[in-house]
Amino acid sequence: MDIRSDEPELRTLMLAGLEGDEASHKALLMKLSAYLRAYFKGQLMRTGRGPADAEDLVQETLIALHTRRHTYDRSQLLTPWVYAIARYRLVDYLRRTKASIMDVLVEEANEVLAADDPMAVESTLDLEELMAQISPKVSQAIRYVKLEGLSVSETAARTGMSPSAVKVSVHRGLKALSRLIKQRS
Amino acid sequence: MKTDELIEMLGTNLEPVKGGQLRNGVLIALTVAVGTVAAICLTWGALGMPTDWQSGDHFGFKAIALIFTLGLAGAGASVLFKSARPGQSGRRPFVLIGLLLVAVVSAAIVALAASDSFTSSMMGGPWGSCLICIPIFAVVPFVAFIWALRKGAPTNLILAGAIAGLVAGALGAAAVVVHQAGDSIPFIALWYGGPVALCALVGAILGPRLLRW
Repeated sequence: MDIRSDEPELRTLMLAGLEGDEASHKALLMKLSAYLRAYFKGQLMRTGRGPADAEDLVQETLIALHTRRHTYDRSQLLTPWVYAIARYRLVDYLRRTKASIMDVLVEEANEVLAADDPMAVESTLDLEELMAQISPKVSQAIRYVKLEGLSVSETAARTGMSPSAVKVSVHRGLKALSRLIKQRS
Repeated sequence: MKTDELIEMLGTNLEPVKGGQLRNGVLIALTVAVGTVAAICLTWGALGMPTDWQSGDHFGFKAIALIFTLGLAGAGASVLFKSARPGQSGRRPFVLIGLLLVAVVSAAIVALAASDSFTSSMMGGPWGSCLICIPIFAVVPFVAFIWALRKGAPTNLILAGAIAGLVAGALGAAAVVVHQAGDSIPFIALWYGGPVALCALVGAILGPRLLRW
């Protein structure tokens, strides 16, 4: 499957996700994760890294796509936005891990996200371990809202936080998680 | 962690996203920047800074210098909106910035060739206040732009930083121009263009440090 022929469908899912449609958002991230996996695996192979590293990068990029989704301009194509974020995460990863960037950045957007790879391996990230490193208030909000699926108002009632404080905590928590992921690799 | 677990987590209790958040952030930063510079302009006399308003012969050069600095600020500001968003690029503002620079620099060269004294056209104006005031005036606008960019997702950090520095410097230069314009094109090119370029350079250096995400 080619990401360009998928563009209309991906964009429809993105627009629905921005309106708050959970199923569309999950479907979008699922489809994108396959493209990202193929992309990162291909790029990292040249620097001698394995599938687990690629999966780390897939997850890091998914969090970035999620927490930065307000930067997508609804009137534009989705694919260039996804590609710019994926490439930014890749360059940042290589810089952090001191690999040579010169090996990687010679390609064009189109060939890059062209293939997909649905075979997920487990990343090296341990969510529980990461959650232990963020503030208890924030990790509790994430646990209730994002892992147990309680509504924001239920979480607010249980934790004694205001609903808007819960929302802010969840948003901060996801960003903190992506920061921690970056620090450990 | 499995990727589908992460996706499940990200998609659970999804909050809708309001449109225009990012544009509003940049607009707020621009308002703060322009407001700060306007405030400096208005309190100029109270700050004890000299002004050339008494002598009428500066008017033409003042207009040219204002067009130059505000043109740079305007073209740069439109890039600022785009550079907060991944995957967007536009060539037109860069063409405008390039044209302004080429026009002013070439006019300066022509004027220099025609003038009999190099030093009087280069140093015959308030170059000290240009050099010191423009970078100082640019600080608050620059901080505001960095704040706005950090709310977005800039993917070219050097460029985003440089543009933030350019717009901040150009606004600072416009504030100086209103009160002290100098009296030759070479002066405008060197002592207004120079500090603005310096601000852009500092922005380019700071960008990767301040904007990384």
